[in-house]
Amino acid sequence: MAIPENKLAFDGGWDYAPAPESTDHIVVKKRYGLFINGDFRAPEKGRYFDTLNPANEEKLSRVAMASQADVDKAVKAARKAYTGPWSRMKAKERGKYIFRIARMIQERAREFAVIESLDGGKPIRESRDVDVPLAAAHFFYYAGWADKLEYAFPGRKAKALGVAGQVIPWNFPLLMASWKIAPALACGNTVVLKPAETTPLTALKLAEVIADAGLPDGVVNIVTGAGDTGAAIVTHPGVDKVAFTGSTNVGRIIQKALAGTNKKYTLELGGKAANIIFADAAIDQAVEGIVNGIFFNQGHVCCAGSRLLVQESVADEVIEKLKDRMETLIVGDPLDKNTDIGAINSHMQLEKIESYLKIGQSEGGEMHQSSCSVPKSGYWCRPTIFTGVSQSSRVVQEEIFGPVLAIQTFRTYDEALTKANNTPYGLSGGVWTDKGSKIFKMTQGIRAGVIWANTFNKFDPTSPFGGYKESGMGREGGLHGLGAYVKLEA
Amino acid sequence: MAAAEKRLPVAKTYKIFIGGKFPRTESGRYFALEDHKGAVIANMCRGSRKDFRNSVVAARQAQSGWAAASAYLHGQILYRIAEILEGRKAQFVEELMLQGNALRASEREVEESIDRLIYYAGWADKYQQLFSAVNPVSSSHFNFSVLEPTGVVSIIAPNDSGLIGLVSNIASVIVGGNTCIVLASEEQPLCAVSFAEVLQASDVPSGVVNILTGFRSELTEQFASHMDVNAIVYCDGGKKAARTIQTLAADNIKRVIPRQRVNWMLSKSASPYEIRDTQEVKTTWHPIGT
Repeated sequence: MAIPENKLAFDGGWDYAPAPESTDHIVVKKRYGLFINGDFRAPEKGRYFDTLNPANEEKLSRVAMASQADVDKAVKAARKAYTGPWSRMKAKERGKYIFRIARMIQERAREFAVIESLDGGKPIRESRDVDVPLAAAHFFYYAGWADKLEYAFPGRKAKALGVAGQVIPWNFPLLMASWKIAPALACGNTVVLKPAETTPLTALKLAEVIADAGLPDGVVNIVTGAGDTGAAIVTHPGVDKVAFTGSTNVGRIIQKALAGTNKKYTLELGGKAANIIFADAAIDQAVEGIVNGIFFNQGHVCCAGSRLLVQESVADEVIEKLKDRMETLIVGDPLDKNTDIGAINSHMQLEKIESYLKIGQSEGGEMHQSSCSVPKSGYWCRPTIFTGVSQSSRVVQEEIFGPVLAIQTFRTYDEALTKANNTPYGLSGGVWTDKGSKIFKMTQGIRAGVIWANTFNKFDPTSPFGGYKESGMGREGGLHGLGAYVKLEA
Repeated sequence: MAAAEKRLPVAKTYKIFIGGKFPRTESGRYFALEDHKGAVIANMCRGSRKDFRNSVVAARQAQSGWAAASAYLHGQILYRIAEILEGRKAQFVEELMLQGNALRASEREVEESIDRLIYYAGWADKYQQLFSAVNPVSSSHFNFSVLEPTGVVSIIAPNDSGLIGLVSNIASVIVGGNTCIVLASEEQPLCAVSFAEVLQASDVPSGVVNILTGFRSELTEQFASHMDVNAIVYCDGGKKAARTIQTLAADNIKRVIPRQRVNWMLSKSASPYEIRDTQEVKTTWHPIGT
């Protein structure tokens, strides 16, 4: 590739030798049953489905398809564990079990990371450095709350709710499982959790950890399946609390399904975050923030910075630098330690992303993709940006859940705020400027639950996460995350 | 001749309260509020869906300004409402009695309502400190969580109380920077309209509180389904109404806050947790560096 003289040769002739993470220590069974009442068992109807490696479309394992009858059993087991040992146990003992889970995830961290990348397609660097350590940290954080709940809600007594039914997505499979299970257990609830259809393996590995940790039978039940299984959990009369992470459309269906019941629910739904770059920002850092915001985890992130709002005076510079940086991103084998962008999670998701690429162009947007090569088999999408899009463009309004960034410009902070908030979503947002007072002006003005200023896509178990408006309700993480799993009595 | 010498009192026209003004319902409809003997006390506005939509526009317009007002000011304005209500105590006692309440009970309800406003006025600059947090994240970032108002809230006030239920629900919603549209008690709507007059005299900005009178059966769906309303607080009503509200609320993922069979006269029925019900948690990250 010819490099203009005034540009740094980011990729000037360097070829990275493959640096694949070893898989020889990984044990994935040919077939997995349902984890109910402390052990794995075959599904009632004997149905199984394949889980694939999205990077090469090869089958990794077969996983049980839980039916209504299986969900019944799981809920019964969870109820029995709740009324039995779990709610009677001293809180500090409950906490120690959760600490154990945290420690065992740390011990088996590399195994979890490799399986996460195999099953979901995310780069090993992310599963190894983000997903798995955060999952362990989440258990460790909430473990400590178990015997301290009286300090979390001044003037009120916090009581467990009972059985929590939890349905999680495929973008951070183990991490989402820990976000759901850890606070539920700490508050004294028992759990029936369904991992996503395309990424069940790390949740099943977590089931092994939970069994090894010696938790009483039925405290955590993990049932695999598709949408019907999730619906069976959510609508089950024996479930006291529903926690869901996924799309706003499904969240809406769940909220409707729960109407007229007394079930408590928290929903963590879609997003279309604006990442706002002011002219006085540290531009090179901001470009890194844009890349991290939209290309982290292939853009399969509900809080992704999928809309770039850049101040007009620096728009050309930012976009040029962004294009340069995109050229350096390595798309390919998720297990390779050099990989920046892994495989799209599923064929279905790839089709959805590709349909948006067509929509964006047909609506008059100008599409630019990096020129990188992608593997022949598997599901891949090059990092993509759209310029020349309007506020009403579908690629600006709708959640794509892929490595696709819509870029708009603004002149005043008012215009930036108006554009940023002109969406039914309100999960996250980003602001880049060197001026402190402007940071506060913007972070106050953005109607969203998580705001990153001069950074993006950072997560921590102590930090509450969740949305405004149609991005959901309730918080996960931190002190505020406890509220989802207790009822308060005067 | 005695009858001729008695002064004829001037009866009040009870209207609705939208955007700081007192219009009649745009629908031109009414319902007669009768005393226990069947005599007409007042022709109340039978508020319409269009009245509700107009109220949402007013509430939305007022919301960002009210949210931006300082916590100190929120507290002072709530205190001011209490001051004005105290001065008009006799009027409210009379209205409660007209609607069938005993003298002592009416007095206590008005007194408790005034005290409830003072209670929430005091929380204005404190609940944030109670519910916000600085979070000790592992990376080199300063990270904090604060509460912000959910936005525009629709409130279906309890039917069985004319004032204290109304006041409790309005106060806990607006003290946190939300604006609201309230459906008054269908059985005891008089105080709601008079309370609007108190609000108007209390430096509450136009549109922060909007109050409609009318039928629950007619307006519940609109209160629950409107796409520019962020949360709904509903008091009492049967299982069927609850199902309807929650189903319609899901269209825009509204926060649904049921308040069933609350004895609003009790002090334990008010707390900062009621304020928190219509608040969102916002978490902000910033790197620590040079």
